[in-house]
Amino acid sequence: MDLFETFFNLEVLARSFPMLLKGLWLTLQLGAASILAGLVLGLALCMMRLYSARPVQILTRIYIDVFRSIPLLVLLIIVYYALPFVGVRLSPFASAMTALTMVSGAYTAEIFRSGIEAIPKGQFEAAAALGLGHRQTMIDVILPQSIRMVIPPLTNNSINVVKDTALASVVAMPDLLKQATQAQALAANPSPLIGAAAIYLAFLLPLVLLVSRLERRLSRGRV
Amino acid sequence: MSGYISIRNLQKFYGHYHALRGIDLEIARGEVVCVVGPSGSGKSTLIRCINRLEDFSNDSAIHVDGVPVLPGSTLAKVRAEVGMVFQSFNLFPHLTVRENIMLAPRRVRGTTKAAAAAQADQLLARVGLETQADKYPSGLSGGQQQRVAIARALAMEPQVLLFDEPTSALDPEMVGEVLDVMRDLAQTGVTMVVVTHEMGFARQVADRVIFMDGGEVIEAAPPAEFFSAPRETRTRNFLHAVLDH
Ligand SMILES: Nc1ncnc2c1ncn2[C@@H]1O[C@H](COP(=O)(O)OP(=O)(O)OP(=O)(O)O)[C@@H](O)[C@H]1O
Ligand SMILES: [Mg+2]
Repeated sequence: MDLFETFFNLEVLARSFPMLLKGLWLTLQLGAASILAGLVLGLALCMMRLYSARPVQILTRIYIDVFRSIPLLVLLIIVYYALPFVGVRLSPFASAMTALTMVSGAYTAEIFRSGIEAIPKGQFEAAAALGLGHRQTMIDVILPQSIRMVIPPLTNNSINVVKDTALASVVAMPDLLKQATQAQALAANPSPLIGAAAIYLAFLLPLVLLVSRLERRLSRGRV
Repeated sequence: MSGYISIRNLQKFYGHYHALRGIDLEIARGEVVCVVGPSGSGKSTLIRCINRLEDFSNDSAIHVDGVPVLPGSTLAKVRAEVGMVFQSFNLFPHLTVRENIMLAPRRVRGTTKAAAAAQADQLLARVGLETQADKYPSGLSGGQQQRVAIARALAMEPQVLLFDEPTSALDPEMVGEVLDVMRDLAQTGVTMVVVTHEMGFARQVADRVIFMDGGEVIEAAPPAEFFSAPRETRTRNFLHAVLDH
């Protein structure tokens, strides 16, 4: 089969496999770092959005809306190509992580907010009536309940972050996609691209299925 | 005379709606006060002001044991002394029964884990639920949940207990078990303010019954007097309506 030889050339795949693995490792590092930083940023933004002084709330809201609207590729190119004009020169990895984190943080903040706002008012009141302060109420009463609800949307967001790491190849970061395109150029055969796609799928498809399961379980009943 | 709980000129607005129209009320230490009145008369609003779950205007003043109930650092102190039991229980669903009771002593009073657990088990025995400590609230009946909520409030060893219709969300067959616990509590010398529709409980347990209507206290009297010889027409009409159906 000609087609099979072209797209699933096992010899080319085997030869490019080490390159793909190296790219995969970088992709996973970038994804994990951005997801974690995005979680921290998102929680902080959410608290500012809900519980800070009015002007800070408004600024936070603007941040969240702006970074949910801006195309990630545009942001990435600004960070990598425009910031050097004001003296900020970030490596490809740092640029990609910055852009991914800023956007992921904005989405995460909204996810946390919906999780907190879904908690009945009575929970806040019971905690307040017992003398718990705001911090303790959040840590011991509200967030543990919110987390359950936000796990599916947070996982969804994490999937998006990992998918979006592929954009980093635009700023010459040797991630999975970049390695695959280079391997393709070297071998003059597109099989490495198919290999990369298969690797993305191998990681993300199970997560997608997991989210569906979690969502079904949550909608069926609590806990 | 200034009471243990002292409420002076309590005014409460929800937007433009004047929900409490200048309440003056002195409650003595150890007194059991039942608050009755038609729906929307401001009963919940009144007791929620006592621990400042509701804000109230600055020309109003509430003191508990001499401490003004103001936002800020003293509020935590007041709230630690004033327990509250809600109509809808508001137990923490992600914590076991024992953990529900342990949380506030540990976080607010800094009680050790072991001491808080021992205290929780004691309190559970007191409300007749010693066998339920490791269950989650969702596994309990409404009456059991409300008794846990009472134990949870008691864990802070409050001087004052506020109840907002503690039996209104319960199936009729479970009302008794909660009222029994409250009846026992009334003997312990804790100050109680109970919003309730249970006229039998008010008659037997209260030292004083307060009738509210339209955001005002219309009448306050010991139960014998309140139920047999109400002075105000509005009180009489209310009692007719609730006792005759
Ligand atoms: N959060 C709120 N916002 C606006 N109005 C409110 C709010 N809470 C209460 N009210 C109004 O204030 C008035 C007093 O309410 P409150 O809940 O204190 O009455 P209640 O005597 O406890 O009634 P019920 O027996 O139905 O519980 C009512 O007219 C109610 O509609
Ligand atoms: Mg009420």
